[in-house]
Amino acid sequence: MQPLDTVAPSGLSSAIMSNHHHDDHHHGHHHDHDHSELSETELRVRALETILTQKGYVDPAALDVLIETYETKVGPRNGAQVVAKAWTDPAYRQRLLADGSAAIAELDYVGRQGEHIVVVENTPSRHNMVVCTLCSCYPWPVLGLPPVWYKSAPYRSRAVSDPRGVLHDFGFELSPETEIRVWDSTAEIRYLVLPMRPAGTDGWSAERLADLVTRDSMIGTGLPKQPHEVA
Amino acid sequence: MDGAHDMGGVAGFGPVRPEPNEPVFHAEWERRAFAVTLAMAKPGGWNIDMSRFAREDRPPADYLSRSYYQIWLVGLERLMLERELLRPGEIEAGKVLRTPAPISGSLAAADVDAMLRRGGPTERETTTPARFKIGDRVRAKDIHPTTHTRLPQYVRGHVGVIELLHGCHVFPDTNAMGQGENPHWLYTVTFDGKDLWPDAADQRSRISVDAWEPYLEPADAA
Repeated sequence: MQPLDTVAPSGLSSAIMSNHHHDDHHHGHHHDHDHSELSETELRVRALETILTQKGYVDPAALDVLIETYETKVGPRNGAQVVAKAWTDPAYRQRLLADGSAAIAELDYVGRQGEHIVVVENTPSRHNMVVCTLCSCYPWPVLGLPPVWYKSAPYRSRAVSDPRGVLHDFGFELSPETEIRVWDSTAEIRYLVLPMRPAGTDGWSAERLADLVTRDSMIGTGLPKQPHEVA
Repeated sequence: MDGAHDMGGVAGFGPVRPEPNEPVFHAEWERRAFAVTLAMAKPGGWNIDMSRFAREDRPPADYLSRSYYQIWLVGLERLMLERELLRPGEIEAGKVLRTPAPISGSLAAADVDAMLRRGGPTERETTTPARFKIGDRVRAKDIHPTTHTRLPQYVRGHVGVIELLHGCHVFPDTNAMGQGENPHWLYTVTFDGKDLWPDAADQRSRISVDAWEPYLEPADAA
């Protein structure tokens, strides 16, 4: 097994440079061994976990809980509850905009990578979009772990220099009249976008509205679904 | 450091390609790499700024050729090697080669939820008055430290306006180097897109970064 440090570049299909994510890394690369780069990495991770478990540094059961937490419990459904409550409860919306972390904690979404959350509100004249150009900072308690594109070079490079072009990549044309406001999360403040409530939802319950709130609408790279898009 | 991780405004990376119905992880090794990294923070004793520096302090070609969790892995290996929690050759051998270094404690399954809920707040008590107030015009210093910093290159030397005050927060530049938390006032500083990117004036954009006080100076200083 090669040390990870000396493994040849594993191809653009997996690199942070792009936002593709395929398991097949054989295309266009010469290998003098039978293993794909992926299996090299996989073997290395297995060896690492075995060694750290033998040393008593990690408990595999704790690893299972960590994975299960972010695969099944913490994700954008949480953020959607926050947004839907803000759409239906004006006092909550005010608290949310005044102190994001405290208002979000009312729904019991707290903790790691959400210790200091600021909520930024979209209006007809201003559209907000969140990025972390330096790494991958993201409000975990309300959105879960970030998608690959959010961590990729195309997004991290262009979100600040060409935000309208980035929105175009998402199939979203922002009105030229609307200012675009980009928040680069360079410290431990995490940003959550409060999108505008879609028209045609008068009288909807918070529960029903939450189904309209997409992950991307809370990052600012998309809009909530329209009423006709949900059953 | 002025590394490959500091991507704001770098050209040539192409379009963003969202993945419909993207899973949280794309392979089993990503799940385990993620979890091992979170679990090792307690026995390892490092802080988040040390973790970030261990990931970004790499040759640019190397950084760009790795996938996200591969970068996490090399960062984790480096932090462990530095502290002799991992010994050279152990991963290649697939087994423990030397008597393990003692640790102060590890993460039990029953403690995961409490650990995640506690998180790692970085706000600290204020001991000095803030130098700047909302509305002040400030210039991001044109600094190029060779060690960890969170001031992106694309704003250095540019003038922005203080939009938010966040209190005093742990200063990554010293915390990453084991030189203490050294809390400083943290501000959201907003720049006009036309100033940062004169050739893209049609963007109608404003861009903010969160900047600690030592990164800033009054815009109108002599």
